[in-house]
Amino acid sequence: MSILTTTDLGIAFATESGTVDAVRGVSLHVEPGETLALVGESGSGKSTVALAAMGLLSGNATVSGSAVVDGHEVVDAAEPALRKLRGSTVSMVFQEPATALDPLTRVGAQIAEVIRNHGDVSASDAAARAVDLLDRVGIPSPAARAKAFPFQLSGGQRQRVVIAMAIANAPKLLIADEPTTALDVTVQAEILELLRRLAADTGTGVLLVTHNMGVVADFADRVAVMLQGEIVETGGVEDVLLRPRHEYTKRLLAAVPRLAVAPAGAAATGGSGPVASAGPVASAGPVASAGPVASSGDPDGRPGAAPVVDLRDVSVTFGRGARAVHALQGIDIAVHAGETVGLVGESGSGKSTAARVALGLIKPTSGSVHLFGSDLRTARGRDRRALRSGIGVVLQDPVASLDARMSVAECIAEPLAVHRRGMSSADRRKRIDEVLDAVRLPRTLASRAPRELSGGQRQRVSLARALVLSPRLLVADEPTSALDVSVQETVLEVLRELQDDLGFACLFVSHDLAVVQQFAERVVVMRQGVIEEQGTTDTTLLHPTTDYTRRLLAAVPVPDPVLQRRRRADRLATLAAVDA
Amino acid sequence: MTAQLAPEAPGAASLVQPVAATGWRLAVRRFRHNTLAVIGLAVIVVIVLFCFVGPFLYPTDQTHTQLSQANLGPSAAHWLGTDAVGHDVLGRLMFGGKVSLTVGIAAGILATVVGTLWGSVAGYVGGWVDAVMMRVVDAGIAIPALFILLVISAITTPGVGGLIVILGFVSWLVPSRLIRAETLTLKNRDYVLTLRAIGGSHARAIGRHLLPNSVSTIVVAATFQVADAILLVAYVSYLGLGVQAPATDWGGMLSAGLTAAYSGRWWLIVPPGLAVILVVCAFNAVGDGLRDAFDVRGR
Repeated sequence: MSILTTTDLGIAFATESGTVDAVRGVSLHVEPGETLALVGESGSGKSTVALAAMGLLSGNATVSGSAVVDGHEVVDAAEPALRKLRGSTVSMVFQEPATALDPLTRVGAQIAEVIRNHGDVSASDAAARAVDLLDRVGIPSPAARAKAFPFQLSGGQRQRVVIAMAIANAPKLLIADEPTTALDVTVQAEILELLRRLAADTGTGVLLVTHNMGVVADFADRVAVMLQGEIVETGGVEDVLLRPRHEYTKRLLAAVPRLAVAPAGAAATGGSGPVASAGPVASAGPVASAGPVASSGDPDGRPGAAPVVDLRDVSVTFGRGARAVHALQGIDIAVHAGETVGLVGESGSGKSTAARVALGLIKPTSGSVHLFGSDLRTARGRDRRALRSGIGVVLQDPVASLDARMSVAECIAEPLAVHRRGMSSADRRKRIDEVLDAVRLPRTLASRAPRELSGGQRQRVSLARALVLSPRLLVADEPTSALDVSVQETVLEVLRELQDDLGFACLFVSHDLAVVQQFAERVVVMRQGVIEEQGTTDTTLLHPTTDYTRRLLAAVPVPDPVLQRRRRADRLATLAAVDA
Repeated sequence: MTAQLAPEAPGAASLVQPVAATGWRLAVRRFRHNTLAVIGLAVIVVIVLFCFVGPFLYPTDQTHTQLSQANLGPSAAHWLGTDAVGHDVLGRLMFGGKVSLTVGIAAGILATVVGTLWGSVAGYVGGWVDAVMMRVVDAGIAIPALFILLVISAITTPGVGGLIVILGFVSWLVPSRLIRAETLTLKNRDYVLTLRAIGGSHARAIGRHLLPNSVSTIVVAATFQVADAILLVAYVSYLGLGVQAPATDWGGMLSAGLTAAYSGRWWLIVPPGLAVILVVCAFNAVGDGLRDAFDVRGR
């Protein structure tokens, strides 16, 4: 018998601007011991379905159809009945481990509380079981860690605690809503491994909500693809990911940036064997080095001309004394005209700090920053402003990047207002139209408010603003990380075309190795404020020389279930070899 | 944490109706749907008209005492009766209301302006400047306003202008904290960082981004400040520290009428008391309405 069955589930939200149909006619089922992945882009309704199965929808939702969990109807169920189900029969792992835990309660006590909520267990038994659970989710020295507060644990460990709470009462159904989206790839791989093992050991059914096709390939048995509140395709993971039938699934999969990987074994030898393509579009991946500066491909990555931006032996320390954080420790990064340098690393690696040093937003504690050949430290007043006018910036958050009180035209014109005070308003309007054309947005958007634009359109407005002064350097800090893959594809395409036309240098910060591999000619791998290795993208990402880069690459899930299964086995073997 | 942020064309556009209104128009629409706030606004308008236009329609002598007319009950000649020195109470309600409203509104705005400047400078500059400025605020909040008012009144007897300045300077502390918090979040927004990165000045960051984006917070804070200040005026006048006779305000009228309360002359106390309650409630309702109208989150 299915552990979760929804039949013709429909969910509508009453909002200020009318009723919104979030989910329509969704029928799905999850069998014991099986993982069903619910995938789709933002706004597709996948999380809403998951919340409905928990009976956790907000008060303005109206639900039709049925959702049955382990024989109990959840739609229209009374709150006491739902409370009995939640946490015992069905439990949930959310995206953000930082907010899923009570910051003021020790993690052991939080797990014990979940146990005692659903069973007549003595406090000491519950505490002992909490320690057992921490052990099961792979937290080292669980007895000691049970006494820790959430802030004393890393993000990955916190998510393990959340999972321990979710499995505390041996649920029959586990709902995981983007359980690894907030985590680094290496941590993501560990958490997925843990979830897979727990589900297999206990025969728990898992409903996995995610936008990441790599995670789907790694974890799911079956897949349901959602588009605008409806399921458009469902089937076995290999069928859907390798042989998609629906037009939307095909488009979605084509838009996923794929990491081209060296065949197993070749990475270790560092040889230049043939590249195993990780999917149908991988051939378009690492050959993007045909930019204006073809000569930038020599091993040092340093052609003769002076670099556009040059960080030499830069260190940044925040705070002082015992609480000092060494965000950057003596790094060297140079970006030349026309080339794109990808800055990759996990959170806390210092990649964003390095980008902000290049922008002059953070003053280096030691070392020098040369922008267009001038030292940023000694430049003052007018000179400094002139230097700055050669920079364009695109940051991550499409919402926070544009001032909501300004129109699109005002947003784009802001750099002109700073650096071209004398420009006539007619010229200004002409320039705005030009850059809107360049980023492929209709000119009519100029008078609109940013609020009326989609995330992808907003990021293109940011790009237009960055380009309005014809910069020689573009610094892009995770410009597409908040976007859906199909939108990311368009934004990256626009960015690449513009770079080919305008020849600006680009410092591209990203945590997504597949995107960097497609987009950058050179790559700098950072870890804890230090550069692990750098070189041309083809060499570094296909035949890395450091263990760290190798581990990073091995942890990236590829959206091909067959290949991913092999990569997973390879990765575990490598890790085991390291441990041995 | 990121993928959910972006409503994107194929997924969301057809589900969520595009909202064509600008931020301000949307705020006005929300405000109009808030019945209590609209009533509050109407009450404020009516009372302001009553105090400032009323004397022309219902002229009374509020300067000379007429002991022959003292302590009369409500009648056709004196709609709300007369007080202990023969002033018409309805006329006095207008006359005193002028002072109460003028001082309250002016002191509320002054407090908001001072608090905004102080809080935004502290928040934007940050570091030790922020620490020092905010400790000053903490110290100010630690001293009861009443204590300061008593000390000041022992030294001097303020007129209307003096009262505005004094009340303004005891109530700027709370808005300064509000605005500082707002500035802290705004100055690290990506659009401000972007502006700074391409060489935009601090003046531009403040003038074009921080201030316009804090306007809603400032307006809401000002509304509540005005309500507080009107109450504070009544409060100090009641204690006899307010404007001196023959000038008066609602608090002063309450204070003067208190002695008559037990002899059944309710018209000396109920009208000014009701006026204060009505105006303060009205300003609070409007403040609530404005806050909801400007709040775009959680909707």
